[in-house]
Amino acid sequence: MSSDYLLEIEDLHTSIYTDDGVLRAVNGVNLRIPKGTIVGLVGESGCGKSMTARSIMRLLRHPARIDSGRILFGGKDLTTLTDKEMREISGRDISMIFQEPMTSLNPVLKVGFQVEETLRVHGLAASKEEAKRKVIEMFERVGIPEAEKRYSAYPHELSGGLRQRVMIAMAMILKPKLLIADEPTTALDVTIEAQILRLMRDLCKESGMSVLIITHNLGVVAEICEYVYVMYAGYIVEHAPIFDLFDYPRHPYTKGLMASIPRIGGNPEYLYTIPGVVPNLLHLPEGCPFSLRCSAAEEECRKTLPELVRTDEDHFSRCVKACGEQSLEGRAYGAGRE
Amino acid sequence: MKSVMKRLIGMIPVFIGVMLLIFVLLRVVPGDPVQVLLGEHYSQDTIDRLTKAMNLDKPVFEQFLLYLSGVFHGDLGMSYVMKKPVTSLIMEALPQTVILALMASTFAWFVGIGSGIIAAIKQNKAPDHIFMGFSLAGISVPVFMSALFLQYVFSFKLKLLPLSSDGSLKSLILPAIALGWNSAGSVARLTRSNLVDALQADYIDTAKAKGLTNRAVIFGHALRNSMLPVITLMAIQLSSMMSGAVVTESIFAIPGVGRLATNAIQTRDMPLLQGTVLLTTVMVIFGSLLADILYSVIDPRIRREA
Ligand SMILES: Nc1ncnc2c1ncn2[C@@H]1O[C@H](COP(=O)(O)OP(=O)(O)OP(=O)(O)O)[C@@H](O)[C@H]1O
Ligand SMILES: [Mg+2]
Repeated sequence: MSSDYLLEIEDLHTSIYTDDGVLRAVNGVNLRIPKGTIVGLVGESGCGKSMTARSIMRLLRHPARIDSGRILFGGKDLTTLTDKEMREISGRDISMIFQEPMTSLNPVLKVGFQVEETLRVHGLAASKEEAKRKVIEMFERVGIPEAEKRYSAYPHELSGGLRQRVMIAMAMILKPKLLIADEPTTALDVTIEAQILRLMRDLCKESGMSVLIITHNLGVVAEICEYVYVMYAGYIVEHAPIFDLFDYPRHPYTKGLMASIPRIGGNPEYLYTIPGVVPNLLHLPEGCPFSLRCSAAEEECRKTLPELVRTDEDHFSRCVKACGEQSLEGRAYGAGRE
Repeated sequence: MKSVMKRLIGMIPVFIGVMLLIFVLLRVVPGDPVQVLLGEHYSQDTIDRLTKAMNLDKPVFEQFLLYLSGVFHGDLGMSYVMKKPVTSLIMEALPQTVILALMASTFAWFVGIGSGIIAAIKQNKAPDHIFMGFSLAGISVPVFMSALFLQYVFSFKLKLLPLSSDGSLKSLILPAIALGWNSAGSVARLTRSNLVDALQADYIDTAKAKGLTNRAVIFGHALRNSMLPVITLMAIQLSSMMSGAVVTESIFAIPGVGRLATNAIQTRDMPLLQGTVLLTTVMVIFGSLLADILYSVIDPRIRREA
């Protein structure tokens, strides 16, 4: 395999074995993250983005589990590592920021301690003083004012933005190779969001880290991503470099997402929304999962799931209408379905 | 510390209210203390004199005030039956009861918290079902049943431990287990359910994502959060064990406060009964104060507010 990619997800299937049946949250996802780039994963709520992230971090909870697929990180398949091997990678080589800064920090421990713990687990704190110094330094880098004082603050004493900065400090203190940020700014207001995104971009550029940023907000994607994957009902439906995607969206779902971005000066009365809702992943329709909501859907769309086809250099779309040339044979794209 | 003082001062009205309640309740129950004290055949004159000496001829409210002022001076009156100051009777009996309650609590906490943790970690697996089965039994079996059962097995059959108290610590082991059994059950269940909840929290994922071992995640992150309600329960139980000791002390013939109370009831010894009930009340009040203090030590959110 080429070593340009830090992370390669190959034909990942993750399901939740609920009492009501098997919920296919991730359906044959292929996703690659080149070294030193910021890759976005977008899609509406409930389409399996977090499940994908949790599969990578091995944070799936019962009754969810990975059915098949490989997650190659620096050539190693994370799905086959022992718990111990995975623990060594977690926090040091791959770290994660979660959606909810309000609940992602332990309420009864000082934030400084919680960040320091990352150092200590990986045996990278020589002494108590040194660890503390490193944490305070990191706090300063992520823009926490009065870092020294904040070191011994409890989470409830910090605002949402500060808490998310603490989370970022925690995730970045060991300079991981990959940062997974699951909706890092969803819970924050717009000004804080912009600050946090800028911070993540700068830190990424500084340290050559790769980032997988998960969001349902195309604005966030436009702000910092270089490459974007669009996910729908557990499938990757389109992926392309950022400018390609915004200039020439191929998949009707991506087009719908673009059309529903509110524009300044636009009439809110005419704000577009994609009709319908994400189908219940317990009962996925035959054929293209988006066919139920797609205005261009034809008979054919409801029967067979289209392959991901290349439409341009590095631009792929899972739609029969995508004016693509050749479908990708051999690779697992779309093939992992029963 | 300031908040503790505030809490203590705030408890004074509660304390007086409780004493009033006890005082009134004990006056409502039938049985003339003078008659109890003297028996059948005494002249009206003697009865009158004694009534006067015991302040029983004064209005009830004045009696209460007199009693109250006595209490604040450490004087709980004279026991009618034992003819000794109630205070000294209680002080003699108290150590036995305190030791018993402490032993029972220690048993309940270790067994309860320990099995609660194991059950939570092995959630829905065999150890969980076994421990929770035991704890349900612990909660539902009354003290006298478990006491008799323990006596039968460990004293009568196995002859490992004495059947009743001889003043030694060893002889308090069975009573402590019998008394602690109930609490162990409820502590176990509360520990388990809180720990299970805590393990679902978002910050657990954060901790795991750092690369912490399961053990570190459970003991360093989840347990602390789940212990808050358990500590409240434990502190309150420590004090309620003092009252729970009534049954245990009778069964194992332990000369503690519980036995004193039983005797007082049987002989209608009002001052003594009043004194023992008062002691229990104070214990409960201090138990909840202790719970609050511990709570604020563990939970920083409360500490700052106080
Ligand atoms: N514990 C669970 N039990 C049952 N279904 C679940 C569970 N967790 C997630 N799901 C379902 O799995 C699907 C994918 O969820 P996931 O959290 O990956 O969505 P998402 O794309 O991250 O959405 P969001 O933007 O809301 O975070 C959803 O349909 C959700 O309802
Ligand atoms: Mg999510």
